[in-house]
Amino acid sequence: MGQFLLQFGNTLFSTILDVSPIVIILFGFQLFVIRQPIKRLKQIITGMIYVILGLALFLLGLEKALFPLGEVMAQQLTDPSFIHGDGPVPEVAYWKDYLWVYAFAAAIGFATTIAEPSLIAVAIKASEVSGGAISVWGLRIAVAIGVAVGVSLGAFRIVTGLPLPWFIVSGYVVVIIQTFFATKMIIPLAYDSGGVTTSTVTVPLVAALGLGLASTIPGRSPLIDGFGLIAFASLFPIISVLAYAQLTAYMDRRAAGKDNSTKTKGEAS
Amino acid sequence: MQGLTALLKMMASSARDLAPIIIVVGFFQLVVLQQPLPDVWGLAGGVLLVLLGLTLFMQGLELALFPLGESMAGAFANKGSLFWLLTFAFALGFGTTAAEPSLTAVAAEAARIAAEGNVVDNTEAARAEYAMLLRLTVAISVGIALLVGVVRILKGWPVQYLIISGYVTVVAMTFFAPESIIGIAYDAGGVTTSTITVPLVTALGVGLAHVIRGRNPMIDGFGLIAFASLTPMIFVMGFGMLWAAF
Repeated sequence: MGQFLLQFGNTLFSTILDVSPIVIILFGFQLFVIRQPIKRLKQIITGMIYVILGLALFLLGLEKALFPLGEVMAQQLTDPSFIHGDGPVPEVAYWKDYLWVYAFAAAIGFATTIAEPSLIAVAIKASEVSGGAISVWGLRIAVAIGVAVGVSLGAFRIVTGLPLPWFIVSGYVVVIIQTFFATKMIIPLAYDSGGVTTSTVTVPLVAALGLGLASTIPGRSPLIDGFGLIAFASLFPIISVLAYAQLTAYMDRRAAGKDNSTKTKGEAS
Repeated sequence: MQGLTALLKMMASSARDLAPIIIVVGFFQLVVLQQPLPDVWGLAGGVLLVLLGLTLFMQGLELALFPLGESMAGAFANKGSLFWLLTFAFALGFGTTAAEPSLTAVAAEAARIAAEGNVVDNTEAARAEYAMLLRLTVAISVGIALLVGVVRILKGWPVQYLIISGYVTVVAMTFFAPESIIGIAYDAGGVTTSTITVPLVTALGVGLAHVIRGRNPMIDGFGLIAFASLTPMIFVMGFGMLWAAF
């Protein structure tokens, strides 16, 4: 119990340290520039305490339980003895030997994104602003699928050693083409969803996977090839959210075709 | 009693958010790797902490972070001072990023890579200086991102033109930047936006789009995060090029 309290105290302290610049900026501007009493000050202070306590507990739980296990699993899945069994380790990595790694990358990318608090926040806001046209779970699942594809493809890139810019630049080209066809409403949100996915839960686990892969595959350097997975995880959700919007618009159009009295969601509001 | 039911309901919703991770980890550990779960009680305790933490955080989000972002947007709009609004946007981006722990970790790692590639002297002091400058570069880039993002909301510019020009810049710079910095630069875009910054910045953008006449919160309110994940790539590659040149 004592040890637990000590750990909790440490995490709490570092969370407070992380939050302090935000609090200083917010209250500094409030006091010296805006110079108006803050509305509902008591509620906001209570809320801030919830945020800090919640984040500290969240991080402590992740660090105690899930991160160590996730890291060990990433190591085991990329371990040559798991991939090649008792057979000899080939000089050059063959991409098909790593199918479980891609599956793990996709699954862990999806699962961590669903648990990402900042994505939940953005999804709630988007649903609120769009008057429910964008559903909280619809957006979260669309983003999670994007991260799953991205991290999986990123793992494939580390295994094959193909240059990172090829993938990222092709991804950009896809985003640009999709942007031309997407409804205007969704574009800013889709672009935002790239940045929000890679946060507290996703980054440590995905980074562990990248480092594990890069350090066990012959010819890869963890220092050079270990990077880049986060970039995949922030690019592909843009594509999947744009695709999700196009799919909903398409289904609405079909529904509208059957019943002309209903307006399409994309054009409403 | 009512409070307890409400709490249980919120906990259940957090449990749904966490279920996929538990399923994935369990499946790969038990079925694919065929190994027992180490320290089951420790694991269960950890999951319980995560559950509690997420529930509390979601409460705080609605009580503090969203209202704060919105009320700041309203207050600056009432004050009508563009200078202070832009200063606030820059300070928020710079301040939150400079202190971001995941950025500190990435910067230290980047300094190690640079030292290995003989771009930096392999001494403690030289590496620390490189990491510090890199962090400063990213923090400035996020500050500028929020500043430009706020100007964009005020003017009502479509987000895609700015972002696509940003992509073109990233691609062009990729050809000239030193190879060792590219992976870090691409990743830097993702690591800058933390769990507390995202809700605040989103609420600020949507709030601004609400109070300014003629702006649509959906089209103009979102997009700030997108800028904050784009500019670090450009600035970090620029940093790498400048460092290599001098």
